[in-house]
Amino acid sequence: MGKRVLLIEDEPNIIEAISFILSRDGWNVSTHSNGHDAVDVVLGNQPDLLILDVMLPGKSGYDILKELRENNAAQSLPVLMLTARGATRDREMAERAGASRFMTKPFSNAEVLEAVRELVAS
Amino acid sequence: MSRDTLTGSRIRERRAMAGMRQSDLARQVGISASYLNLIEHNRRRIGGKLLVDIANVLGVEPSLLSEGAEAALISTLREAAADAGNVQPELDRIDEFAGRFPGWAELIADGHRRIGALERTAATLTDRLTHDPHLATSMHEMLTMVTAIKSTAGILADTREIEPEWRNRFHRNINEDSQRLAESSQRLVEYLDGAGDADAALTSPMEEVEVMLAANDYRFPHLEEEAEDIEAFVKGQPHLTTHAARKAALGVLKQLRSDARKMPRAEVAEVLQAHGLDLQALTRHFRVSMAVVFRRVAVLSNDLLEDPAGLIMCDNSGTLTLRKPVDGFPVPRFSAACPKWPLFQALARPMHPIYRCVTVTGREAKPFHCYAIAETVSAVGFTEDPLYRAFMLVIPAEVASENAREVGSTCRVCPSADCAGRREPSILVDGI
Repeated sequence: MGKRVLLIEDEPNIIEAISFILSRDGWNVSTHSNGHDAVDVVLGNQPDLLILDVMLPGKSGYDILKELRENNAAQSLPVLMLTARGATRDREMAERAGASRFMTKPFSNAEVLEAVRELVAS
Repeated sequence: MSRDTLTGSRIRERRAMAGMRQSDLARQVGISASYLNLIEHNRRRIGGKLLVDIANVLGVEPSLLSEGAEAALISTLREAAADAGNVQPELDRIDEFAGRFPGWAELIADGHRRIGALERTAATLTDRLTHDPHLATSMHEMLTMVTAIKSTAGILADTREIEPEWRNRFHRNINEDSQRLAESSQRLVEYLDGAGDADAALTSPMEEVEVMLAANDYRFPHLEEEAEDIEAFVKGQPHLTTHAARKAALGVLKQLRSDARKMPRAEVAEVLQAHGLDLQALTRHFRVSMAVVFRRVAVLSNDLLEDPAGLIMCDNSGTLTLRKPVDGFPVPRFSAACPKWPLFQALARPMHPIYRCVTVTGREAKPFHCYAIAETVSAVGFTEDPLYRAFMLVIPAEVASENAREVGSTCRVCPSADCAGRREPSILVDGI
């Protein structure tokens, strides 16, 4: 069985597209679409990589990541953050929250695949 | 040199503009060129018939030569000089400059006015682009649609073997997202069409209420006298387009009627007549809280005071909840306001009335009397944390007091260079 990727994103068609390309590449993908209970889902799921959108209903990706980094079980989890804003300030916020990598929408499928492979390999 | 002694300079300027030699003008009005030279250098006073004759030859009204540039031009030049920063123009010769070079003076004044207009536009747009929640949401929505389309289209283009079920599904997704993107784009264009207009594209229910209040010039005599049904009135207001706005307006107008019952218009006029604008006297006379007095004075000021008064309200979080603007005291629509406003000092000292004379940063630097107080709006008890609402009455002042405090609108458009309360850089100091 391939490595496990958890995708937390609220746009269903993005979920479908990313799930498809990662599954075809051999990853075991699970998804979640709101921020309320995202921390519990990550901790319960124990993925090898988390792809996390910033703007989620209920709780922002930054807040979710901060909470995760305070938990021993998720301190070293590779996290790829997705956002529609590419400003320096947003990158800094992602870094401060503990993101392993930051990707600005719209991204290409190849970029997502490359980032996922590199993050899990490292 | 005063303006009335600059008639000669104006004659010289007008003659030069007409392309006429000094000797020609002198000959036509029957004086020597040397005498005209003395006149043009303001060494001889001129008036009466000779002034009229010269004006006729130059094709201008005599008053243009004798009165010179209008006071408004001089005033604008002074404002431009005040904003000049490190450059120090010769203020003592401003009349002479305007008189001798009216075209150049008008050019500078026009440039100064244009800079002011551009700064106001920049302030409006930067406030919107930086803090406008509608714009941020709209851009996020569009980028999300683009991402979904790009990713899905990439799958269809790059995946050699794809099951028909998936292919159909992705085609459907692209179709859906394309439609959503088109609709989002259309809405954004419509919104941006009104971006430079401060009244356009209202974004919140309270903004609609504020526009409704302003459209009625804050005058609601029939509602105050209970001769008109508030709900019917609200339903008939074209600026209240949403249910939330109508609900908010209902609350504001009910408050207005309640305040009017406590402080009837005619009686307020009598107290103002007897005591002038003494807020404490009003509080004592009507036995009401300071907040009621602030609201009532703000509403009645359009009729009873020399200048209309402004009113700004905020909640515990510092979020502005209602704005009655007053000329020269800009209030941000989207971004957080200046932390130096007495309104926020009042939140730190609830129930304690605060007065400050303030000047507003920027080119006009108008002075205002600001009165502020924060009052509880929720139940108070040993186990209840109180919620407050703060009010600030803003009244134009003739002059600033010696200890007047400098306040801005919002950091982004505040020219104050070294403010301890600054949250973010200013486009007026650091550029965009």
